[in-house]
Amino acid sequence: MKQVASAFKSLFLLELLKGLSLTGRYLFDRKITVQYPEEKTPLSNRFRGLHALRRYANGEERCIACKLCEAVCPALAITIEAAPRDDGTRRTTRYDIDLSKCIFCGFCEESCPVDSIVETRLFEYHGDKRGDLLMSKEKLLAVGDKFESQLAADRAQDACYR
Amino acid sequence: MPEIRNYTMNFGPQHPAAHGVLRLVLELDGEVIERADPHIGLLHRATEKLAESKPFNQSVPYMDRLDYVSMMCNEHAYVMAVEKLLGIEAPIRAQYIRVMFDEITRILNHLMWIGAHGLDIGAMTMFLYAFREREDLMDCYESVSGARMHAAYYRPGGVYRDLPTVMPQYQPSRWRNQKEVDRINGDRQGSLLDFIERFTERFPKCVDEYETLLTDNRIWKQRTVGIGVVSPEQAMQLGFSGPMLRGSGIAWDLRKKQPYEVYDKVDFDIPIGVNGDCYDRYLVRMEEMRQSNRIIKQCIDWLRANSGPVMLGEHKITPPKREAMKGDMEALIHHFKLFSEGYCIPAGEVYSAVEHPKGEFGIYLVSDGANKPYRLKIRAPGFPHLAAMDAMARGHMLADVVAIIGTMDIVFGEIDR
Repeated sequence: MKQVASAFKSLFLLELLKGLSLTGRYLFDRKITVQYPEEKTPLSNRFRGLHALRRYANGEERCIACKLCEAVCPALAITIEAAPRDDGTRRTTRYDIDLSKCIFCGFCEESCPVDSIVETRLFEYHGDKRGDLLMSKEKLLAVGDKFESQLAADRAQDACYR
Repeated sequence: MPEIRNYTMNFGPQHPAAHGVLRLVLELDGEVIERADPHIGLLHRATEKLAESKPFNQSVPYMDRLDYVSMMCNEHAYVMAVEKLLGIEAPIRAQYIRVMFDEITRILNHLMWIGAHGLDIGAMTMFLYAFREREDLMDCYESVSGARMHAAYYRPGGVYRDLPTVMPQYQPSRWRNQKEVDRINGDRQGSLLDFIERFTERFPKCVDEYETLLTDNRIWKQRTVGIGVVSPEQAMQLGFSGPMLRGSGIAWDLRKKQPYEVYDKVDFDIPIGVNGDCYDRYLVRMEEMRQSNRIIKQCIDWLRANSGPVMLGEHKITPPKREAMKGDMEALIHHFKLFSEGYCIPAGEVYSAVEHPKGEFGIYLVSDGANKPYRLKIRAPGFPHLAAMDAMARGHMLADVVAIIGTMDIVFGEIDR
């Protein structure tokens, strides 16, 4: 009897038809595909993307050149040079992040005592040449200025966890 | 009569079925494998040496990149080694979070494996279905750590941040109106724990679907049953671990045999195979996904009922809260010391191993009392598995090599490190 049953199963391709009916069901089911550039997947407020340097509300840059991010960076992607500014405060004269070295671990943001260096939600950037992925201080500040409201909101939302 | 010579063939490193950068030198007699010689080292990044030049905390992100489909499990072995040497233990909530994410990682890894293994053997649909579920788990990774893969979430002394109470949501676009968006956001209402719980509710049905497609499928069976048979004795001699060992019928699982974190408080079973062939290993991994699902459910229940710190308050090792750091001189000093110099670990050596989705993943750490490891050795489970390539493939057909590579669950990040 068992042999007959298995012969029946084997002859009529039952398990293959079962599989086909499953894929057939998905063929007519609602699609889950996300139409990427026009439609985006949700991003967490903790997302670690392109870096940015932030400013205070009065327009003063936050970074005080303590070089903690430079020290903590596992990939040694950050280079900082500092000097006193005309008004006597200590500021960076150079703040470079080599994005081709960076491993996006988020330690720079974690270590920054003044919330200056942050990682934005931006992940769709590119460089035409290798040098384009070397972020200078001006570029980083520009990114920060552009996304400041989003950055502030994301940090505020996460403040109670850190 | 002409002389008959074996044919030597290069398989990979650019072969799509070579799972990355495996180069196999195959000696063929017709279509039968006479000798299989894996060549490794094409993805060598010197992680062990790199770790020697960094304070302990800074090596955590590099651990993600070892086995890059089961990121948090690698971190887990490393932070456990550091914690053991320091003689500290993470808070209980952090331990539950770690166990939950270890199991999420296990499902992620096995989904990747079933997708790739299916694709290698010709079951293309599996890849699409497995990645559908992976997407949800990646979102869990992202919402907790900020990265979809290289999380850098576990830290010596706990985990970086507690689980978030809100999940990010889809926004309307020209492809989906508000009503549609509300529907797909249904799972994303509430906290991360709610999201994971809804996942665990629907996931067993997804595994059923995979099994409908594969378990009885005659093509799948023809490609896997009796292929790459490893006897229990042979499996032990070859240094197998994880599903490769359990597929041969040996119930060895570090989560049961030497429980770490809270694995002794959760309830789960260890599936084992009978014949030790590719098909049995497939069945073992499928069942492991269901068991992981079970563990995640128990962790969710515990995490809902119990709150508490996720990081030790010992600020020589863990950073102080940002609020404290900004207002308190002492905390600020700790913050600067920790992120610049790190901490020193008393001289000694330690081996800590976790039940990684692929097997026993171990970190052997030697400290000479400095703030950097004197030596770090990574015991990658894939390495002995790949070394058994010759033993498993000999006498099989060329097409079976692909099935054998698939069943080993090879990832080159950890083998070449």
